[in-house]
Amino acid sequence: MTFRRWLVLGVVAVTAPLGDTLLSMGMTRVGPVSLHHLSSLIYALKTPQILLGIVLLIGFFSSYLASLSWADLTFVLPASSIGNVIVALLARFWKHEHISPMRWLGILLITAAVGFVARGPSYTEIPKPHEALEAETR
Amino acid sequence: MNPLSFHHAWADAAMIGAIVVFATIGDVMIASAMRAIGDLDEIKARRGLFGAILAVLGSSRFLFGVFFMALSFFSLLFALSHADLSLVAPASASLTFVTNAIAAKFFLHENVDRRRWIAAVLVCAGVTLMAL
Repeated sequence: MTFRRWLVLGVVAVTAPLGDTLLSMGMTRVGPVSLHHLSSLIYALKTPQILLGIVLLIGFFSSYLASLSWADLTFVLPASSIGNVIVALLARFWKHEHISPMRWLGILLITAAVGFVARGPSYTEIPKPHEALEAETR
Repeated sequence: MNPLSFHHAWADAAMIGAIVVFATIGDVMIASAMRAIGDLDEIKARRGLFGAILAVLGSSRFLFGVFFMALSFFSLLFALSHADLSLVAPASASLTFVTNAIAAKFFLHENVDRRRWIAAVLVCAGVTLMAL
């Protein structure tokens, strides 16, 4: 793993929780959506928080795709979960929000998980069908 | 438990279940497509950004994956307008870590060793605790 690839994983980590937070803020403004009026989900796209959330989620998606082209899904997902920790720490030290002991424990568990996967290999080499056939005939 | 809260609990579980199932199918199909396409950095170096975008958009597996991700996204929007964010977001996010690990092992043949199982369970527990 190069520094640049860790940076891409960092973008995956930060944009996803920030985008989700903006979406939830936007949906709180829009209010309940009925099953009979699903078209109101389209009108929800006019809310600034939802639009900004979607822009961040597009950034997340493109870096997520790039990371999946050189790392396993079971490596990318836990490694990028550090974003939840970053958002919680921002809330604590920037917005001075209170973080309960349970949340600190959650932060500790996620950080430990990231440490676990980061020390292992990032990609499972799976031989392509013709390579597997060659290996068998050898 | 009164019948109304019982009904609510089932509705919440169904919405969370839909988000998790759609997200897992989407993640696995997209991961499978990206593995088949190959290293995007190398493709970009050879064929430029437009070539890399074309390589991704030309994959039907990727498009099916995006379709399921979109279903998951709209299920999330729908669920957020009915249930609490503090329930829906952590429950769906944490369950998706576990279902993705299982699906990646069986469908993507990834080497999900003890280290990755522990990581998936720790993240699952961590995300849940952070919502409490």
